[in-house]
Amino acid sequence: MGRWLDFESNPWGQEVLQGVSLELMYLAIGLAVLFVVGHLVWYRSRGFSEHEKTADIQGSVAGIPERIVRHTLPSRIFHWTMGASMLVLLITAFVPLLGLEFAWVTIHWIAGAVLILTIIYHVIHSILWQDFWSMMSFNVREAIGHFRHLLSSKSTEPEKPGKYPFDHRMYHQGIVVVSLAAIVTGVLMTLRIKTPFWEPNAYYPLVDQAISGLNELGEPAITVLPGEATGFVFVIHGIAGVALIVMVAAHIYFAIRPDKRYYLWGMIRGWIDRKQYLAHFDPDKWSVVDGTIQESPPGGAIADSTVSAPRVDD
Amino acid sequence: MAIIRDMIPAFELFQPTTVEDALALMAEHGEGGWVLAGGLDSYDWFKDRIKRPEAVIDLGGIDELKGIIDGQDGLEIGAMTTLTEIVRHERVRSEYILLADAAEHVATPQIRNQGTLGGNISQDTRCWYYRSGWACYRAGGNTCYAAAPQAMNREHAITGTSRCVAVNPSDTAPALVALDAKMTVRGRRSSNVYDAEDFFIGPATDITRMTVLEPGDLLTQIDIPSEWANAHFYYEKVRDRGSWDFQLVSVAAAFKTSGNTIDDARIAVNGVAPFPVRLDAVERLVKGAAVDEALAIEAGEIAIQGSRPLKHNEYKQPMMSNLVRRAVRSVA
Repeated sequence: MGRWLDFESNPWGQEVLQGVSLELMYLAIGLAVLFVVGHLVWYRSRGFSEHEKTADIQGSVAGIPERIVRHTLPSRIFHWTMGASMLVLLITAFVPLLGLEFAWVTIHWIAGAVLILTIIYHVIHSILWQDFWSMMSFNVREAIGHFRHLLSSKSTEPEKPGKYPFDHRMYHQGIVVVSLAAIVTGVLMTLRIKTPFWEPNAYYPLVDQAISGLNELGEPAITVLPGEATGFVFVIHGIAGVALIVMVAAHIYFAIRPDKRYYLWGMIRGWIDRKQYLAHFDPDKWSVVDGTIQESPPGGAIADSTVSAPRVDD
Repeated sequence: MAIIRDMIPAFELFQPTTVEDALALMAEHGEGGWVLAGGLDSYDWFKDRIKRPEAVIDLGGIDELKGIIDGQDGLEIGAMTTLTEIVRHERVRSEYILLADAAEHVATPQIRNQGTLGGNISQDTRCWYYRSGWACYRAGGNTCYAAAPQAMNREHAITGTSRCVAVNPSDTAPALVALDAKMTVRGRRSSNVYDAEDFFIGPATDITRMTVLEPGDLLTQIDIPSEWANAHFYYEKVRDRGSWDFQLVSVAAAFKTSGNTIDDARIAVNGVAPFPVRLDAVERLVKGAAVDEALAIEAGEIAIQGSRPLKHNEYKQPMMSNLVRRAVRSVA
């Protein structure tokens, strides 16, 4: 544990938890590189590149427009703002630790505030204007099928997805958990620094109490050293931060992969073309007519734009 | 709590006689090594047992780091030159009295005999939470104990803070900023020259250091350019105890004047931030202006704009404002 966690002595010689050690950052960078290289090798060894080239394009094009709206402008603005703030957060958090020093704290908390605002917008937007559960859905059979396919080339290829493939939804769930951990602890940490919104306070009485709990006499149930609660907050923030190194690296890697680039273009231009749609998505799960997007069938697509009448299909 | 003991923990002592040997030893021992100049900061750390270096590299035997020579453009001062030598140096006194004044305000005659210019500007902060062994941000921890609402922070910073609120304790640092001094920093493979104001860094950039010096770096020389020689200078240090104390607030200013008009100015204050603060806004205000009481008052007001006191150091705002006002007023 001592290798990954950082402890410092207080004046009484007690070791107090401070946060995660610098080595964890190097581990995350190493894991990110390993993941990218490993995936490249694995992907090639499974012959997926050839498979993508010969992706079966089936189904009638009747009623399916040349361009299919994938992400509306508000969704794209959200995505890129969130992505930019996330990158700024990672750069300001880790680049100074790698030796390029600059005044990072103010930039870091402002980027964090931008991230929080974009996420609040996203939550409201996705609940009120999008099909919230299409991204949050989880199907055990679908998961088993995907993992079997990942592990064995002999297993059946998973069905084509709706608008959001299984791996996208799982990544989204992961990033929600990690980002929320980083945000909650980040806000607690920001309370300790000077901002225009509050006077800094170095102590967390509520956090201390939450961690230690209270017994029936109203005394702390668990003994927590002064500063230990702070250490827990820093540990969670640090772990979330290094996890984000790996997750963001993986996200960028998949975004720029040639076989997945239609997702990137979809997020830049807002649309994908008919050929990409038919090659990679199941029209029954993400049905589209005349550039509008249909109500999704159960467990299927997300409605990211206007909802139209049912699609006439062959 | 930290108790000063008579005995300091054992360490291996090295006494190189050349800069190259010192750099080699520093590289060999890395973060376990400790560079010793006059020892006035170092021995406090050792006796408190807060710092326990494996090896101490004493620079006292390196002659090339000592003395003041006339350079091509001003003065070249070796980092191991004692403060007393600076105070007594004829050319320093005649052309750069600002530096002599500042050096003369350091502690006591005995300390100035032992203390060096390089040591004075490289010394660590005197924040007692930090010096007492608390795992604060500056010590590698995650809390500033001096910024807490309950903290005793009368001597701490009112500006330039970022999590850490400790102040730079050096008397000569603001004078060197005002004189636009250049610091030569040598490593094993490189040598860099920094402007004085860039030599000192704040906690926003690196919370564990007060200067650009990293393990393996050695401050070897301080150059005082001739540009500000014989300017109109002003230095003032306010402290609790006139005979011997760190500053509460100090100001060092250099003015080029034509009669009552300020043609150019460099003004720095210390004791208010984790680094000596150059007052760019005040400099812009006074450049080209004829000095009168209104200008001096405005300069003092501008100087403290953006500062934010802690619970017990609100007094530093009027003190800093008044010192800047007096500095500007001194031109009239």
